[in-house]
Amino acid sequence: MAKQHVSTIINGEPVEFLCEPQQTLLDVLRDELNLTGSKEGCSSGDCGACTVIADGNIVCSCLMLGAEAEGRKITTIEGIAEGDKLHPVQQKFLEHAALQCGFCTPGFIVAAKALLDQNLNPTEEETRYWLAGNLCRCTGYDKIIRAVLDAAAVMRGEQAGAAR
Amino acid sequence: MPNLSFTAPTTVDEAIRALASAPGLAKPLAGGTDLLVQMRSGRMRPEVIVDIKRIPDLIGIRETDDSFVIGAATPGVMLSEHEAFSRAWPGIVEGVDLIGSQQIQGRASLVGNLCNASPAADSVPALITAHAVAVIAGPDGRREAPVEAIVTGPGQTSLKKGEFVVEFRVPKPKPRQSDAYLRFIPRTEMDIAVVGCGINVTLDAAGLCTDARVVLGAVAPTQLIVDDAAQALIGHRLDDDTLSRLDAAAQRACKPINDKRGTIEYRTKVAGVLARRAAAIAFERAAGRVAGVH
Repeated sequence: MAKQHVSTIINGEPVEFLCEPQQTLLDVLRDELNLTGSKEGCSSGDCGACTVIADGNIVCSCLMLGAEAEGRKITTIEGIAEGDKLHPVQQKFLEHAALQCGFCTPGFIVAAKALLDQNLNPTEEETRYWLAGNLCRCTGYDKIIRAVLDAAAVMRGEQAGAAR
Repeated sequence: MPNLSFTAPTTVDEAIRALASAPGLAKPLAGGTDLLVQMRSGRMRPEVIVDIKRIPDLIGIRETDDSFVIGAATPGVMLSEHEAFSRAWPGIVEGVDLIGSQQIQGRASLVGNLCNASPAADSVPALITAHAVAVIAGPDGRREAPVEAIVTGPGQTSLKKGEFVVEFRVPKPKPRQSDAYLRFIPRTEMDIAVVGCGINVTLDAAGLCTDARVVLGAVAPTQLIVDDAAQALIGHRLDDDTLSRLDAAAQRACKPINDKRGTIEYRTKVAGVLARRAAAIAFERAAGRVAGVH
């Protein structure tokens, strides 16, 4: 079967790759492009460990074909920090110890960043609903929610060291 | 899937050719949130996948004088962010919002939710109550069908080889007409309906119901249009007597399965309860439109 040639933008960089028609975007990221930050959990869109941003929407990269990425703009966990400077969500995950095993963390951070990109002042309830598609079996979620709400406060300029 | 091929045409005609000429199973791909899961589990083994998202107008919502036209690949997020549509049909948007997570909403389409043909599809009951029409393109040209004519059983549709739904046309509400959708699940998020109920009512200036449609989901092999339940509403205000008759009619219509989410008795009882609650919301919304609150 002919491989698909795909030109796309990943984390701001033009990227070209070849993929099989049935390869998911997650397969391509991990196996072809060596971007292994996105994790494969359930492969059925339930766990959110493979969350990426595609043209502004968070999606499960396990439920998108690599071929569909043609001409799209994709942001993965590898594109969330700016160089050595962590995104406030990443910084607050560290400060609040919002991770234990860490497997779900990239998905949570990408999803939380996308929430704060469109709403800098989410309520706890909005945050919990937004992150309902990300499963964590370690933390019990509370520290994650605190970290995201705290990151929002930083991004609103309500805490020192907020500049980004 | 050793022989899978992928194509992303830019016209409806090319898509029809790709779907119609495949020797085996050919599937249109919109959000893929059902299709890719079914391919991975082996339940669906297409030979050809036709990504319809490159076709102009298949993503987005446009308004005509009397309708909203929703492109087949429009993701849920786009629908719930569309202010005019959300104002016009809050019940349809409630159903869409209940489908999966934010990640799923970023991809999953209303048309896909219908054509996946699950009895529990959350967006379908309210769509049927609004008399939404599916515009279908195929080798023999275009045809239209009411949304309720598409699903024929679990996983089964009336679409013929080479045909696919290109858009939904949803009529705009009349004065004092509104809708509501409720579903019951044992948790607050990320589950499949035990029962769903969409109700659409039109009131007169005095608050009497002049037209109604009641549709139940997840209590039969397909969504059920419950005419008796609608008749219980028409000509009446929403008093205790009307609610009792609505509840009884909804329960009588149920033909549910027993499964881990709910027994037959439980689903039947819940169908009546949801009908009462959805009717109350739909009546309130429709009445609110008298005062121009919407």
